This record gives sequence, structure tokens and C-alpha cells, in this order.
Amino acid sequence: MALTRSALRLFSGRFTQACQVRGYADASSMSLTFAAPTQVLYNNAAVKQVDVPSFSGSFGILPAHVPTLAVLKPGVVTVFENDGSNKKFFVSSGTVTINEDSTVQLLAEEAVPVDSLDISAAKELLTQAQSQLASASTDVAKAEAQISIEVSEALVKACE
Amino acid sequence: MPSQQVRGMATLKMISIRLKSVKNIQKITQSMKMVSAAKYTKAERELKLARPMGIGAQEFYKKAEVKDEEGDKGQLIIACSSDRGLCGAVHSSIGRIVKADIAANPNTKVVIIGDKVRNILQRLYGKNIAMVVTEVGRKPAVFGDAAIVAQAIINAGIEFNKGKILFNTFRTVVSFRTTEMPLFSPGAVANASKLPVYDSLDSDVIQSYTEFSLASLLFYSMKENATSEQSSRMTAMDNASKNAGEMIDKLTMTFNRTRQAVITRELIEIISGASALESKN
Repeated sequence: MALTRSALRLFSGRFTQACQVRGYADASSMSLTFAAPTQVLYNNAAVKQVDVPSFSGSFGILPAHVPTLAVLKPGVVTVFENDGSNKKFFVSSGTVTINEDSTVQLLAEEAVPVDSLDISAAKELLTQAQSQLASASTDVAKAEAQISIEVSEALVKACE
Repeated sequence: MPSQQVRGMATLKMISIRLKSVKNIQKITQSMKMVSAAKYTKAERELKLARPMGIGAQEFYKKAEVKDEEGDKGQLIIACSSDRGLCGAVHSSIGRIVKADIAANPNTKVVIIGDKVRNILQRLYGKNIAMVVTEVGRKPAVFGDAAIVAQAIINAGIEFNKGKILFNTFRTVVSFRTTEMPLFSPGAVANASKLPVYDSLDSDVIQSYTEFSLASLLFYSMKENATSEQSSRMTAMDNASKNAGEMIDKLTMTFNRTRQAVITRELIEIISGASALESKN
């Protein structure tokens, strides 16, 4: 199958498009929907692997991964596409669902490509968050400041 | 035809006042239509980007075959609307369904987003209203708004067995469909038939997951509703402008006819007065 696919790719672009649409029910690929409230990064796209940072540990999702739910931690999501390239996105929080039929829904509150992050702005955010924690008086304010620190630390780490 | 026993001049003044006011109304409805058209374009664009997340957030509940719990804790309805009217049937269609639901199932609590549906329900079902969110509709909704509403619902600790979110799905510029999206209680999720298939879940994960998905689903329904509302307002204002235009045409006709009648009457008076003078001589 792989041989025919690459052979077809040599001949005509139209044929490869017809082939790739099929990815959904294959055991060899999974259908990823990676979306944030204001943008769509992948919509039922066939990809090879997705690495996600979650509160129960960072893990990679391959086709036929055991179904599970997880809550995202601030960090970097790496999507390995079928053509071998990989793309990195920073996510602030969200959820990931892996279903029985290898469909994955990665819903992030905010997701940006790592390339568009500015390390100096991230460091500034971190110092701001730390001073916020120092001056926080109520439990709620402390928790909010701690969340800012977690996100900024992850941002700085993602930029490096 | 204006029934006038009054002198022609007075009726003429009345018609011209009426004409001026209808022309003003037409200007207002036309500008409201323009504003709605601009807001609709923006809303539709944002909706397109929000749809995958909204549809994705419902996938788990479908795939895990979560069903409504049995029990007597009642029903929770989250009704999406906004604070502003003049948008056709958008708010009334939601109000109608809520009323029918409460009539069928009196043990229902309603969380209302927006003043309009609150006004519809206040009189008969004020007791069923659990929470009202106001200041909705002026600016486009962002995820943070939905998160605030979700947090308030969670903090209020409303218990329910069955739940639904009512909103208007945007179909085309001229049509929308009032839709119910099921909302499952934490107990329903815990009893889902396919939940054991999902690996290594603890109650913390399920709780965070359902809270986030509540916010996502609310955000999605707010976006759909906003787009339906703007397109419906655009159509309504367009119809109003057209109707005002028809009224202006009819009034202008009447005005001209009345004006000509007045002139003719004056001429008749002058001529008959003159001929009376002549015949006397």
C-alpha cells in the first residue's frame, strides 16, 4: 500500500488527495481535531502522532492509543504529520479526548505556534507573575498568581 | 382616502407630518440593517473558527454513549439569548420551547443568558429562573465570558439529572434553527456505558474535563446564537425598511391627491364666486 501511494504521488496530485481522505478509519493513522475557541489548527486531519503535556504526565498519542481523557497543562503540543514534518504549538490549558475509533479531540483554551512566541516578553511575564504572587493576599489571588507563574514558566521553556 | 370633514389644509399638514416620521423611521431601520450586516459578517467569521471546537467538545459524550441519569433532581435548561430585540423570532422561539418544557416538567431550573428571554419567562415561570446573565450581546462573546458563566453555574451547585443548552444554530442568512444540545450531569458521565473503555480516569480528571467542556459548549452556543441573532436582525430591519418604503409611497400618493383636491376646491370656489358676481350683473 505504501509503495502504491508513493508511486501515485509521482504521477498526479489529484490521486494523492483522493487517497489521503481515507485516513479516518485506518488503524495506521488517527483523526486529529486540534482547535481553540478562536482558531482551528487541525480539523479531522490524519496525523501520525501527537505529543501532549497533561497533568497526569506528558504522553504521545499514536493511532490505536487506549481511549482516555486528560487535562492539558501549559506546555508544548507537538504534532507529527503524515509527511514526516512536525509542528509545535504552545497551549495554555484545555482537554484531550482519545476515543475508541482513534479520533482525538485536542481542545485548547489558547494555542499558538511556538515560532510566534517572543522569549523576552515571556520572561517579562514570568517576573510579573512572580511579583504578583509575592503581593497576593487572598487564596484566590495566590492561586491565580500561581497559574500565571506556571504558564509563564512553560512559555519561557517553550521559547528555548 | 382620508375621511375629511375638516378643511383640506389641515389634513395636508397631518399627512406631511406622518410622511416625515415614516421617512425618519426608514432611515433608522436602514442604518440598523447596515450595522447588523457588519456585525453579522464578523460573527460568522468567528463562528467558522469556533465550530470545530464546539463540535469536538461534544464528541466525547457521543462516543462514550453518555445518557441522561434517572432520578428526581429535575432538569436544567441553559437558554441563550441576548439583551437586544428587534431581531425577529430569535428570542421568542427559545422562550416558547422553555415554556413548553417547564409546563411538561415543572421540576426545571433555567439559567438565562440575556434579558430578552428573562422578560418572556418572568411572568409565568419566575420561580424556575435560577440565574440570569446580563450585558450580553453588545460585544462579541469571547471564551472568557463563557468561562465566567460556566464557573457561576458550577459555583451555584445546581443539581440536575437531565440538562440541555438551547440556542439557535445559524444555517443561512435567512434561516436559523432552534437547537437543543444535551448537557450531562457528572453522575450521568460516571454511569456512561462506555466509560470503562477510557483508561486511567479519576474523579479529578472527569471533573476538570466536564467543567472545561461546559465552558466550550457554552462558548459555541453563544457564538451560534450571536450569528443567528445578527442575521435575523438584518433581515428584520430590511423588511421594516421595505415596509416603511411602501408606506411612504402610499402616503405620498395620498398627499398629492389631497393637495390637488385642495387646489381644485379653491379654483371652484373662485370661479363660482366670479360667475355669481357676473350673473348678478
